[in-house]
Amino acid sequence: MRLALEAAFWLLALASHWLLPEQLPLLGQVWIVALFVLSLDLLVGFAGVLTLGHAAFFGLGAYAAGILAQQGWGEPLSGLLLAALLAALLGLVTAPLVLHGGDLPALMVTLGLSLMLAEAANKLPGITGGADGLLGVEMWPVLGLFRFDLFGRTAFFYALAVLFLLFLLARLITASPFGLALRGIRGNARRMPALGTPVRARLVAVYALSAAYAGVAGALLAQTTQFVSLDALSFQRSAEGLLMLVLGGLGALYGALLGAVAFTLAHHILSEMSPLFWQFWIGVALVGLALAGRGGLLGLGALLLRRGRA
Amino acid sequence: MTALATEGLSRDFGGFRAVAGIDLVLAQGARHAVIGPNGAGKTTLVNLLTGALRPTAGRVRLGGEDVTALSQHARVKRGLARTFQINQLFPEFTPVQAVTLALLEREGLTARWWRPVSAHGAVVAEARALLDSLRFAPAEMRAATRSLPYGRQRLLEIALALALRPRVLLLDEPAAGVPPGESRAVLDAVAALPRDVTVLLIEHDMDLVFRFAERITVLAQGAVLVEGPPAEVARDPRVREVYLGEPAHG
Repeated sequence: MRLALEAAFWLLALASHWLLPEQLPLLGQVWIVALFVLSLDLLVGFAGVLTLGHAAFFGLGAYAAGILAQQGWGEPLSGLLLAALLAALLGLVTAPLVLHGGDLPALMVTLGLSLMLAEAANKLPGITGGADGLLGVEMWPVLGLFRFDLFGRTAFFYALAVLFLLFLLARLITASPFGLALRGIRGNARRMPALGTPVRARLVAVYALSAAYAGVAGALLAQTTQFVSLDALSFQRSAEGLLMLVLGGLGALYGALLGAVAFTLAHHILSEMSPLFWQFWIGVALVGLALAGRGGLLGLGALLLRRGRA
Repeated sequence: MTALATEGLSRDFGGFRAVAGIDLVLAQGARHAVIGPNGAGKTTLVNLLTGALRPTAGRVRLGGEDVTALSQHARVKRGLARTFQINQLFPEFTPVQAVTLALLEREGLTARWWRPVSAHGAVVAEARALLDSLRFAPAEMRAATRSLPYGRQRLLEIALALALRPRVLLLDEPAAGVPPGESRAVLDAVAALPRDVTVLLIEHDMDLVFRFAERITVLAQGAVLVEGPPAEVARDPRVREVYLGEPAHG
């Protein structure tokens, strides 16, 4: 049952290429956003560490991959790798600051760090292009075979393939003893040291992992749009990521994917219907789902499924 | 051989001395209880022993090794396990998941990310066996912890500590808050602890203390008032005065 649903999800994602051929660029964005929300889920949903500044890693990854290509090395996969490594490194360096206190300090420190990074990018136009954005990003074909095209077909498959592979890795990790320990830390951080768990070390590890995921998502955006703007580092990106996670369901990997898909599509559809008021309806949905618990859309779906069977 | 010892252990909070120069020696396999009225320093003592707090002065020795500077988790790795006065459980986990987590930690496996928990079959089986030995019903093992009756949760609190296979076990008021109908299982679990495990019992309940402990330390105002075998402690007039409030019947 579970496996069948999982297969259906990914087949539908793949099939969307033929079902919505006009919307390939949008769908490509959806996979990238989904990867970003997945990175938040690892940190917030599983380990219970709060953040309002995850765009720092997304943006760092975007600029790293963008600048690498701009400087003449347009090979996509090495761009992803560089983005992941740099973001993980930034995660390792900043983790002690973020994990120093409780929830509120974590929110403030992550927010502060991401604002600093955004301002630095703004003030260094020689490197980042500043407010004009990073131009001149030239990508080589993926695996030397698939050229990025104007219709977003390569971007669609490339982003979906990366999302799928990193999703499988996240699935493996969250089901592992390490993943169980993370959930234990979220469930009761006081008990874990009494079981012998070095809580700090586990949280630093997942923080760096989550940062790397966000960095790869940013790199995908830079590569598929061949452009990076300051928007990649914006507070709005961090906040919307959290919003999508809560919308989809915390602490469940498919919740992250579902939240990203639902939010981006709702954004697209609602903003065409009523350009001014689409945020109102997102707000209504968010308040409703947040009050209903941490389950989000995924929890709602599971509930309906159980009701249907009973 | 000494399993757990403190030397001149002290802790100040501001100007207030919560624990004042406590010397304790527990031989291996000891059944030792620490009692004392509220505010005697029992909770602070527990926190100093486990490493949740650092002492202002003095030392903690675990099996001969000075562990004063070690963190909580490092002391656990050296064989010191504890239970909490107020349950510290994982509300969303089933008892099997929680005990499995403790066992994985004991085996040093929680940094492993490349195999699912279910692939560590022997560990999961051991978790079930441990819960079974504490008379958890199969349905209880699979229920979310928060849905279990309080007495079962109290037992799970002990199970998590036992899973670590400790050399020294610190029980912080294990029967606290358990309704009379459910307390039997908890007391049985305490009584059935393996003989080679050194047990330090922090307790309010005099019945449990006098039934279980072979040696009792009475704390008052952060210091050791009396230490000795139960019969001797019960006869001591100072204990009656400080702890029982008024002269009582033996």
